[in-house]
Amino acid sequence: MKSTKILIGRIFLYGALIIAAISFLYPFVWMIGASFAPTHEVGKMTLWPMHPGWQNFVSLVNKIPIGRSLVNSLAIAIVTTSLVLVTGSTTGYALAKMRFKGRQIIFYVIVFTMSLPFQITLIPNYITMVNLRLVDSFFALVIPFAVSAFAILMFRQAFQGLPQALIDAARMDGCNEWTIIFRILWPNIKPTLVTVAILTFIGSWNEVLWPLIVIRNEKLMTMPQLVTLFAVGGRADSQLGVKIAAAVLLALPVMIAFLFFQRHFIQSMASTGLKD
Amino acid sequence: MARGKFRFRFTGKKMLPYLLVSPYLLFVIVFVLFPVFFCFFLTFNKWNIISPMHFIGLRNYSRLWHDRLFWKAIGNTLKFLLLHIPLQIVASLSLAALLNRKIRGLSFFRVSFFIPVIVSGVVVTILWQQMLGYDAGLLNRLLGKLGIRQIGWLVNPDLAIYSIAVMATWKNMGLYVILFLIGLQTVPTQYYEAAKLEGATRWQQFYHITLPMINPTIFMVVILSTIGGFSLFIEPYIMTGGGPLNQTLSAVLYIYKQAFQYYNMGYSATLGFFYALMIMTVVLLQKKLIEKEN
Repeated sequence: MKSTKILIGRIFLYGALIIAAISFLYPFVWMIGASFAPTHEVGKMTLWPMHPGWQNFVSLVNKIPIGRSLVNSLAIAIVTTSLVLVTGSTTGYALAKMRFKGRQIIFYVIVFTMSLPFQITLIPNYITMVNLRLVDSFFALVIPFAVSAFAILMFRQAFQGLPQALIDAARMDGCNEWTIIFRILWPNIKPTLVTVAILTFIGSWNEVLWPLIVIRNEKLMTMPQLVTLFAVGGRADSQLGVKIAAAVLLALPVMIAFLFFQRHFIQSMASTGLKD
Repeated sequence: MARGKFRFRFTGKKMLPYLLVSPYLLFVIVFVLFPVFFCFFLTFNKWNIISPMHFIGLRNYSRLWHDRLFWKAIGNTLKFLLLHIPLQIVASLSLAALLNRKIRGLSFFRVSFFIPVIVSGVVVTILWQQMLGYDAGLLNRLLGKLGIRQIGWLVNPDLAIYSIAVMATWKNMGLYVILFLIGLQTVPTQYYEAAKLEGATRWQQFYHITLPMINPTIFMVVILSTIGGFSLFIEPYIMTGGGPLNQTLSAVLYIYKQAFQYYNMGYSATLGFFYALMIMTVVLLQKKLIEKEN
């Protein structure tokens, strides 16, 4: 009697979880199937088309420079992430392990600026880009994201957890501060490096409002930007399959990275509670 | 060895920390502090970025006050939050509670819930556009098979913003499921055992033990969803362009249009300035409420 009750409970539990999992996975699986479907089959709910082919991807490549935008997005995300790691650790190191005038003020400024909504700086920053003649250049996509208050706070916290003896010993051996930060301390804070790197990379990869504002030249566009403009611009209207193929190409790099490093992804995001 | 120490002490030591923080200082001056003041300055000017700036006093503010479209955008955002926040909490917490039992395949479920979180909002929006289409949308076809009439998920002016709210909830749910799961795991099992001995029902256990323990997580979800909701942009931009009848126009989309379609830099800066103050006030009020309740 009791065991049947438990069994029913289990069935209900797994049933609910599986329905939830399907509701999250089905759209993506459908999307991949639809991207291979010929025009008359795209709207079907089936997961795999009867007559699959590459024609959607071929016409996508012919219509917009999607390959180039993939390279652009990758380059921008990699450069931005590297800069954030470097600037974040130098500043975080100074705040954590050095005593100097203004240290406390800088810390408060960082905390305050983190809570400042981006809507207030959006228009002025665009004007700054115009005045620096950076509109339509990769610098416009990298420089405003090259320093991150969040990364600085993460590194500060990580460095505070390391013993001072480690730094003193390195100094005794004649290491300068750069060697100390990047050679001695970095290997000791790998989880923080991974977290900051993943969040920065994903944030940079998925950013779309800022590129829409500062990049007008199609050759310099990032992938989400190009796909967005393609989706709303009417060029994809008649061909749903092509639009979905664009979405697949945009989703694929992040999904592959996620499948390889899923534990790191989930831990990074959960430990900070940040989405982007 | 001694030379390194010597050089260190007499040349760089005092300046070194400043050198290390200088990238941040430069950044914060150019991209945060200056823009805040410049934004405030712009609110008193009319400027299309090409011809010279033109001082107009408080006219941008009075225009904002009477701008029906801006207030409509604020109203739309509030409608969005009104569905998004409770739905996010109830749905994520329920899924987290299911995952908190002893189950097999935990990592499979976590991964599948998490995929929409990491994928670009552009992808999610394009996908949901296909789900929610009126004639050919997957959801309406499914309903059609069940004999239910088509629903104008995105074309019905009263419904569209709520459809977008459901989509946004779906997109972020995986993250909040994990956050709630971590929260639930901090509740000591002895509490439940003691409650069971006292004859407490499941619901009583949840209300008197679980809920108070995961309060911090709930508030975190509220604040993160609020900030996310106030930043709503790409979803209406792709899906509806703000329509139908401006019912899905978000404030950020409106600011974007004022700046980059009509080139009203002064006015859009005013909107951004006011809107940012509003967001900070709301988040601050939420935080105060939380402190009070704890």
